[in-house]
Formats: sequence, structure tokens, C-alpha cells
Amino acid sequence: MNARSTATVAMAALLRNRLRSLLTVLGVVIGVAAVLTMEALGQGATAYIGSTISGMGSNMLMIVPGSPSHRMGGGATGAPLFTLADVESLRNARDVGLLSSVSQRSLRVVAGGLNRTTLVSGTSPEYLDIRSWGVTRGRRLTREDERQAAQVCLIGQTVKNALFSDAEPLGAELRVHGVSCRVVGELEAKGASAFGMDQDDVVFMPFTTFTRRITGSDRVALVVVSATEPDRIDDARDHLQAILRARRHVLPGEEDDFAVRDPREIQAVLDQVTGVLTLFLLGVAGISLLVGGIGIMNIMLVSVTERTREIGVRLAVGARAGDILTQFLVEAMVLSAVGGVVGIGLGLVGGWGLARALSLPFVVPVSAVPVAFGVSLLVGVLFGVFPARKAARLNPLAALRFE
Amino acid sequence: MGSVEPLLHFRHVSREYGEGDGLVRALDDVDLEIRHGEFVAITGASGSGKSTAVSILGCLDLPTRGDYLIEGHAVQSLRPEVLAALRNAKFGFIFQSYNLLPRTSALDNVALPLLYAGVGANEREERALEALVTVGLGTRSDARPNQLSGGQQQRVAIARALVNHPEVILADEPTGNLDSRTSTEIMHLISSLNTERGITVVMVTHDAKCAEYARRQLVFRDGKILSDQVSNGAGATVRA
Ligand SMILES: Nc1ncnc2c1ncn2[C@@H]1O[C@H](COP(=O)(O)OP(=O)(O)OP(=O)(O)O)[C@@H](O)[C@H]1O
Ligand SMILES: [Mg+2]
Repeated sequence: MNARSTATVAMAALLRNRLRSLLTVLGVVIGVAAVLTMEALGQGATAYIGSTISGMGSNMLMIVPGSPSHRMGGGATGAPLFTLADVESLRNARDVGLLSSVSQRSLRVVAGGLNRTTLVSGTSPEYLDIRSWGVTRGRRLTREDERQAAQVCLIGQTVKNALFSDAEPLGAELRVHGVSCRVVGELEAKGASAFGMDQDDVVFMPFTTFTRRITGSDRVALVVVSATEPDRIDDARDHLQAILRARRHVLPGEEDDFAVRDPREIQAVLDQVTGVLTLFLLGVAGISLLVGGIGIMNIMLVSVTERTREIGVRLAVGARAGDILTQFLVEAMVLSAVGGVVGIGLGLVGGWGLARALSLPFVVPVSAVPVAFGVSLLVGVLFGVFPARKAARLNPLAALRFE
Repeated sequence: MGSVEPLLHFRHVSREYGEGDGLVRALDDVDLEIRHGEFVAITGASGSGKSTAVSILGCLDLPTRGDYLIEGHAVQSLRPEVLAALRNAKFGFIFQSYNLLPRTSALDNVALPLLYAGVGANEREERALEALVTVGLGTRSDARPNQLSGGQQQRVAIARALVNHPEVILADEPTGNLDSRTSTEIMHLISSLNTERGITVVMVTHDAKCAEYARRQLVFRDGKILSDQVSNGAGATVRA
């Protein structure tokens, strides 16, 4: 008996019991759908995080006071802020390209009759270059602005929309914490950060203006640098560390009282989280597939018993044990493959829906589709073998006389 | 006349079921020779071993003792695949309860042996239709068993037995479920296969009228052959 007629016979048998066949493969459907949804979501999240991190600027490192063992931010660790002299010495570190001091506060800004609380940063002119950030209109901050502590600022798109809905922002006056500044540029829209923060809800002004007029302190809480080349990032980090340890008198063997952070670390942490989630969902999928497989085995055993006479007839007209084995094995495989296909469809729809709900990009997990299909076929084989062997071993006469 | 080797040959064949006190000897040391082109009827009381004998003749079952030889080859020594091939090509079965596959068209039922003979789809359909025409059901090829009368179902079963051009047709009470008129029709059909096509027929029956169609009549009792007669139209000659 050739492959095509085997498949036809199997298909016909399954179609005779449509509802039962469908219920049987539910486990496989759920298992496969779980795998695909998870893959779609995981890949979507990775793509999203990847794009936002690369949006932070390439080769970037951030230096903050406080022990590096305090993950992300820290702050209130009692470690002293950096001095301007610290920053100047870092500027000359090997493998370091651009450098910018950053000082930030959440402040009330007023334009016309409107006001808004937004994140105001004092930055060096290099800051935008480090973050590969451009201005859409107007100009950037310059060294001249920096030297003169000019009362000028750049505004993000969110601030622009909130305070200058119709009016022309360029050249307009913006009062930042009572200090009057002239808007000289509009920042390119950046969207939300990896943590969901609106990166366009910002105002930038020269670092000198910010420290002299607003905070009154020239201590630096954040230094942002870029390495000269992507493959110099780790070396740049080492050099920065060495310089700061010396300047801040950190004794050998003692932990740094500052941290040089690489945004790619965020990726690593998020990858770890996704990894755990993936394992969990894989477990769920595995259990569903196991349950699905047992369901298939059960229904195939029922089917073999129900169709014992049919098997007897087939044997009587010349079917070999091998023909019967293949017939039931193919039936189990078709059953689970159908479950696999339905599951793949459902998983893609589910992944798409969840991606929309979480406003993540939807990525079709191309590599997962054949894997899921293969796994469902495998489930059919594994759990179909036992019933199929049972059918194939029937004695022709006993099968014919079976009541 | 005839070849040296009988077509089908039982040599001291026994078929036992169970063991110890529960031992049943369905066939008890039976000797039997059937030659090409014979039409043999088997009668006998219920439980006398008729079905057992026919099942062994058709390689659906094996003797527990003795030898069954097909054209001189001992069946016990054949591999299961060869037995399957014999059932496929050499024998055609007709059962009392028809044994058609349910929810399957007459045509597909008839084509079933060809499927296992490795015949291609088109030829299967052609030959199955031809066999259905032979049994007078050429117009009902799409009908499913539950849409056919008992007599029609038995005709489909006969077409299935015929489709792969067997040398031997084994029929176990083929008219057992049919009324006398339908029985007569079926018996005409079966005997025509013997007379017109030269197919060897071995038929179990409880009906003396049906047995008369056969030239040779075996009577079984308690797993043994009680009598073996050949009728020559004029009268009966006792052979054993
Ligand atoms: N699978 C079996 N297990 C045990 N005993 C069996 C089995 N099959 C048949 N027998 C016994 O073998 C004997 C012969 O059975 P068989 O079916 O050959 O009789 P039969 O002549 O065809 O009877 P009937 O005319 O009722 O069909 C009976 O006594 C029966 O009980
Ligand atoms: Mg019987």
C-alpha cells in the first residue's frame, strides 16, 4: 500500500469522527499554541528592547556614584558625587570618545499660560551625539552656550505639544524653575524607553546654566561617555574605572564607590527574565503535549478496539501486519499534525493579539513554526506506536470474530 | 487427471483451543485433499469444525498439529507476509455476515484487496467496477453497506472476493442470513464462478438445497470428516 492511499484511508477514518478527533487533539493544540505565542511574544519583546537600547546611543557607558552592586540607579548610597575635575580627567581616558556631564531634575516649566512638570537636564554639547539624538528644528547646544552659561534650551516633542500646541516654540521663552530660557531647538521624537518612560518629555539646557542658575552645585551625578569603537567599550570601561578609583582613593581590594554601567546590561537582565518565562511556558507546553499525546493514545486504543472487525477484514483480504501498523500510525500522526496546524494558527493569532495588547511589535516566529509542527508529528508517532502495534498484532480470525 | 499435488491438502490436521480440562478439539486429525476446479460443500452440526476448517484453508488460522499444504508447500513454514499475500491473491472470502467496511462505498469495499495488492488508484476503480458489474451491482457502486439489502451486501462481498482473480473462493454460510429466493440467486452466482471461471469453491452451508450445487459434499462431525461424497448428477458416489 503506498503512502498516498495510506494517508487517504487515515484521513477518511478521522473525518468520520470529526468532533472526537478535534477534542482529542486539544492538548496538542494548546501545547503548540503556547509554544508559538511564547515565541512570538519573546521575539517581539527582544526586538522592541533591542531597538530601544540601540536608541540610547551606540558605544555608550554611564558613570554614576555609588557601589556597582546596587543594581540600576542606586543614588542614596552616600558615595560622593563627581567633581568637575573628575570629569575633566575622564575626558582624557583612553578609548573614550565623547563625554558629557549630566545633571537632572524634575522641574516645573512654564510657557505662555501653560505649565508642565518635566525632566530637565543640564548636559554638555556632546550629549546628543553620544545618544545619536538629533534636533528636527532649530539648533543644538554649543560650546559657546556652555562657556557663557547661556539661557537657552532644547525641548522634546511631548513638551512642545503640551506647551506650544499652535504657537512657534523656536525663539519663545520658557521659564524653567523661574529661570527664563530661550527655546533654540526641538528634539527628534524618541518614543518610550525600555522601561516605558517617555523620552520626549524632556528639556535640555547647558550644564553650566543648569548648575549655576538652578541647582547651585557643580557636582555631577551622571557622566555619559561613548567609546571610540564598539569593540573598545570594555577597554574604555576599564580605563574609566582605573582613573576614578585613583581620584576617589579607592583602596586596592576595596569595591568601587561608583559604577560604570553599560546599557547592554539591561538587555542581559531582560534576556534573563525572558529566559525564565520561556522555560516556564515550555514546561506548560510540554505538559499539554504530554496530555495531548496521552489523549491521542487513548483515542487510538478506542479506535483499534472499535475497528477490530475492520482490521480482521483488511487482514483477510491481504493486508500485512505492516500495513495495519502504518495505517494506525499515520492516523495518529495526521491527528496530531492537524492539532499542530490548528495550534500554530491559534498561537500566531494569540501572539498577535497579546503583542497588540502590550503594544509590542508582532514578530512571526518563523523558526518556531516548523519546530512546532515537527514536535506535533513526533507526539503522534510516540503515542501512536503502542495502539498501532496492538492493531497490527491482531490475529486475523480472532479480529474477524470480534464482537 | 489433475496435477500430482492437490491444490489444498490437510495432512492429519488438528486445531485445538484451550488446554487441560477446557481443551476443545475443533478439528481432530483431519485428512483432506481439494483439487483445482472442485466445488466442495461442507455441512455438519453446529460446532463440528466447519468454520475452523475453512479458516485454516484460507490461512486466517493455522493448525495446531499436522500439516496444511498449498500446492505442496507447508503453510506453517511461510512467513506472515507470504500468508498475507496468499490471502490477497489466492483466496477470496465470503462470510455469512458479509463483513463489509461500514461507511465505505461498495466500490471502495470491493477495491480493498487491490489496495493491498499495490494496484494503482485508477486500475483499482476500474477492476472494482468490473467486479460489481459481474455480480449485477454496477449501478450501486456508490452505495454504502447500510443502503443495501442483505442480498446486495453479499453480492458486494462476492465482488470483493473476486476482484483479485483468486484461485479459490472460501464461503462460510454465504446464504445463512438470506431468504430462500435471495439464497438461490447467490448460489447461482457462486456456482457460476466455479463452472464458468473454473474457480475452486469451498462452501460451508446448513442448507441441503445449497449443498446440492456442489459436486462434492463433506459432512463434518466432532471435528472429523464423517462422509465425503461426489455427486455426478445421476447419483452420489461414496468416497469415504
Ligand atoms: N476461539 C475459540 N476458542 C475456543 N473454542 C473455539 C474457538 N473457536 C471455535 N471454537 C470451538 O471449536 C469448535 C468448532 O467451531 P466452528 O466454529 O468451527 O464450528 P462450526 O462447525 O463452524 O459451527 P457453526 O455451524 O455453528 O458455525 C466449537 O466447539 C467451538 O466452540
Ligand atoms: Mg461456522
